[in-house]
Amino acid sequence: MGGEMARYTNKNSDVSRLRHGSVGLLMAGLLGTLSGVANAAWEISLQEPVTAVARRVYDLHTLLTWVIFIIFIGVFAVATYSIIFHRKSKGHKAADFHDNTTVEIAWTVVPTLILIAIAVPATTTLVEMRDTSQPDLTIKATGYQWKWGYEYITGDAAGVKYMSVLATPRDQIENKAPKGANYLLEVDRPMVVPVGKKVRMLLTSSDVIHNWSVPAFAVKADAVPGFLRDTWFRADKEGTYRGQCSELCGKDHGFMPVVVEVVSTEKYAAWVEGQKKEMAAAADDPSKVWKLDELVARGEKVYTANCAACHQPNGKGLPPAFPGLDGSKIAKGPKEAHLDIVIKGKPGTAMAGYGAQLGDTDIAAVVAYERNAWTNKLGEVIQPAEVKARRGK
Amino acid sequence: MQATQHAAHTGNHDDESHGHHPTGLMRWVTTTNHKDIGSMYLWFSFIMFLVGGAMSLIIRGELLAPGLQYVSPEFYNQMLTLHALIMVFGAIMPAFVGFANWMIPMMIGAPDMAFARMNNWSFWLLPPAAILLVASMFVPGGAAGTGWTLYPPLSIQMGMGMDLTIFAVHILGMSSIMGSINIITTILNMRAPGMTLMKMPLFCWTWLVTGFLLIASMPILAGAVTMLLTDRHFGTSFFSAAGGGDPVLFQHIFWFFGHPEVYIIALPAFGVVSHVIPAFSRKHLFGYTSMVYAIAAIGLISFFVWAHHMYVTGIPLTGQLYFMYATMLIAIPTGVKVFNWITTMWRGSLSFETPMLFALGFLVLFTIGGLTGLVLAMTAVDIQLQDTYYVVAHFHYVMVAGALFSAYAGLYFWLPKWTGHMYHEGLGKLHFWSSMIFFNIAFFPQHFLGLAGMPRRIPDYAQQFADFNLISTVGAFGFGISQLLVLVVVFKAVKGGAKAESRPWDGAHGLEWTVPSPAPYHTFEEPPAFDPAEAHA
Repeated sequence: MGGEMARYTNKNSDVSRLRHGSVGLLMAGLLGTLSGVANAAWEISLQEPVTAVARRVYDLHTLLTWVIFIIFIGVFAVATYSIIFHRKSKGHKAADFHDNTTVEIAWTVVPTLILIAIAVPATTTLVEMRDTSQPDLTIKATGYQWKWGYEYITGDAAGVKYMSVLATPRDQIENKAPKGANYLLEVDRPMVVPVGKKVRMLLTSSDVIHNWSVPAFAVKADAVPGFLRDTWFRADKEGTYRGQCSELCGKDHGFMPVVVEVVSTEKYAAWVEGQKKEMAAAADDPSKVWKLDELVARGEKVYTANCAACHQPNGKGLPPAFPGLDGSKIAKGPKEAHLDIVIKGKPGTAMAGYGAQLGDTDIAAVVAYERNAWTNKLGEVIQPAEVKARRGK
Repeated sequence: MQATQHAAHTGNHDDESHGHHPTGLMRWVTTTNHKDIGSMYLWFSFIMFLVGGAMSLIIRGELLAPGLQYVSPEFYNQMLTLHALIMVFGAIMPAFVGFANWMIPMMIGAPDMAFARMNNWSFWLLPPAAILLVASMFVPGGAAGTGWTLYPPLSIQMGMGMDLTIFAVHILGMSSIMGSINIITTILNMRAPGMTLMKMPLFCWTWLVTGFLLIASMPILAGAVTMLLTDRHFGTSFFSAAGGGDPVLFQHIFWFFGHPEVYIIALPAFGVVSHVIPAFSRKHLFGYTSMVYAIAAIGLISFFVWAHHMYVTGIPLTGQLYFMYATMLIAIPTGVKVFNWITTMWRGSLSFETPMLFALGFLVLFTIGGLTGLVLAMTAVDIQLQDTYYVVAHFHYVMVAGALFSAYAGLYFWLPKWTGHMYHEGLGKLHFWSSMIFFNIAFFPQHFLGLAGMPRRIPDYAQQFADFNLISTVGAFGFGISQLLVLVVVFKAVKGGAKAESRPWDGAHGLEWTVPSPAPYHTFEEPPAFDPAEAHA
């Protein structure tokens, strides 16, 4: 994220480079020893903005940083003078004064004026940030523990929906393999939007509070379960922009990135076309009767994508917060109860209901997998029709 | 810490005035003496500081490099939660209650606190609360992994460690409320004749306002966690949309407590610094009256700014604007205080013993934390920085530098009065400089991490954050190790050292310096004569 984009490889306007330069200079001055280090890993300011709003935020931050820097230098120049010249060891005798109404009024009024001056750009920027009216397309992002679901509500892609899951392999996280360039900031299916279009994001969550954040757009909004929030952006440059969940949401909070691909209008149209075809092809025949081995094979995929984070690939779970399924009462008990807990979840625990996220076939497959994997060799087949029958019970 | 001195110094006196006096452990369990209780508060807070500090080193250790190396993400979340709860409720707050217990009666010429037995009880509530918090790590499911903010619905998902945390918060709240009632009553009723409120030492003023903040805000936290408890176990839905509630309601309630809490921690720190800087400038505190007004203004405004912690939760635009302006307002009285301290130094006769060094360290670092707070007050910028390491850096500059450095300033300032011995100046200065340098190595780079977009509360991070995290971890370990020095300094001063005069600092004024060092077990059994000309020193 900061990596690729802020390395200034993309030839942006001079204004933006100036912007980087000024804050860079200031921050480098503050840090002293790190001045002149141009490595991307030493980023010391906000990521390069790619929306008009993010540029305003960037400029506002630069302005504020200068203001506080100057105040700090001014105030401590006085203190430093005093520390150097008003020392007892130099024989300085203490003066006796302890009140002065004029200076006290001055140092109340002057900061007030400074505050009013910076309140003006702060207010106008904020008003612009909150104006979600007249979007070109609307996308709903739903936070799940621990992935994002995207659903295109309006626009050409209306109806397209999918999950977006961390793509970084486990081996890289556990230091068993070298880390890739976008370590922890890569997903299997990014959100795709057209360049230059006003995108309104609707945010909600299915379990706990998450936060959908993309620094390059200056977008950060909580996804609150049971409520819809909205925000917006209009990216004016093609590229891949990365952010992360920004509200502690449980054990894999650090592992649910947000990736947005901004593409040209043509590419976007092609992507929409592809998505629609894919969805049509992937639609399951609800009356199909499945055999055990094909069901279990599909179930394993569903399990890996949805269940393995908590219940673990070996079915042992991480007890007691995340119970094991291998040999468990539910996975070896009556299948109705097993289906119910998968569809509706278990209140008061991290077990979410998957009824809304997964189709009948996927639920049938994953329950069949859980009842036949590891030591749970029940040999049971569960058909999509049975799942459909359990819904609403 | 005081046991031997008191026994030696005050043995006869005690026997005369109070007959039998328990010794050994029972002395500490049953004591109603403000000095004993003050010492217990300080020792308790230091132990909790070490426990919370060890947890922070687990956090920083895990963040040494990208990838998961030492702990699981669940345990990492538990550590960051307990670190914060223990530091806020176990270390910083009790430290300043300890100072209040020791110093307020001596500053106002009172024989003891107003409610001496309640004072004992409010201290002895703390260890059970601390045990509940620490024990929550060992119950099934582990401690709460929600962050100290305990936001539902995540906190609803937690195991029984969450319930232990809720009870610990209840007990800590009771202790704080009793402590506050005691301090307020003592200050309002037990001042020496002639010491009007506006002649009172500033530390007492900061505690008077803090006491009211505590009484007003702790019950709100207790209410919030009780609602969590009933949501968890008794089928209520205060914070669940499915039952007609709202998760964000909890955040409003929590921060209505949480923001005044910041000033509960900061105000007594301001008080300590307002004694140390004049003493080592050999000058009166500049602008005493405006200091008092600034303290009161900060205390009052602190109740009207809570939602600046919630800019990204979806509060309406008008709400964001109001909270932004109200938050900016706090900068004015805070600025007044900083200007007053610096003007106190101006044309003084400065010397730089350890208490003064820590007070100056406080001044520099707290100002940095205050200025980044101004950046964060701007809603548009805060939306970029919310929940990033910029916020972590900001509040550690305010909390560690603001509260801890000023607590150290107070410790070195009053240690001669408590022990009767001067501390080792060289070790004290070493402690200051190593703390100052390592603190900045640990926390300054976190501003950059936050600006570049690194979220807080994550156990693993993308590779472009690696270098600053490494630096930060090195600084954190250096800072942690430096804190052990203070233990050496205190033990040396308790055991011996140069004899301290009743007024070991030539610039210090006030009733507390009129009694011998170490302070006798009982002081001011008769109200002292108060010279108004000595006020505000």
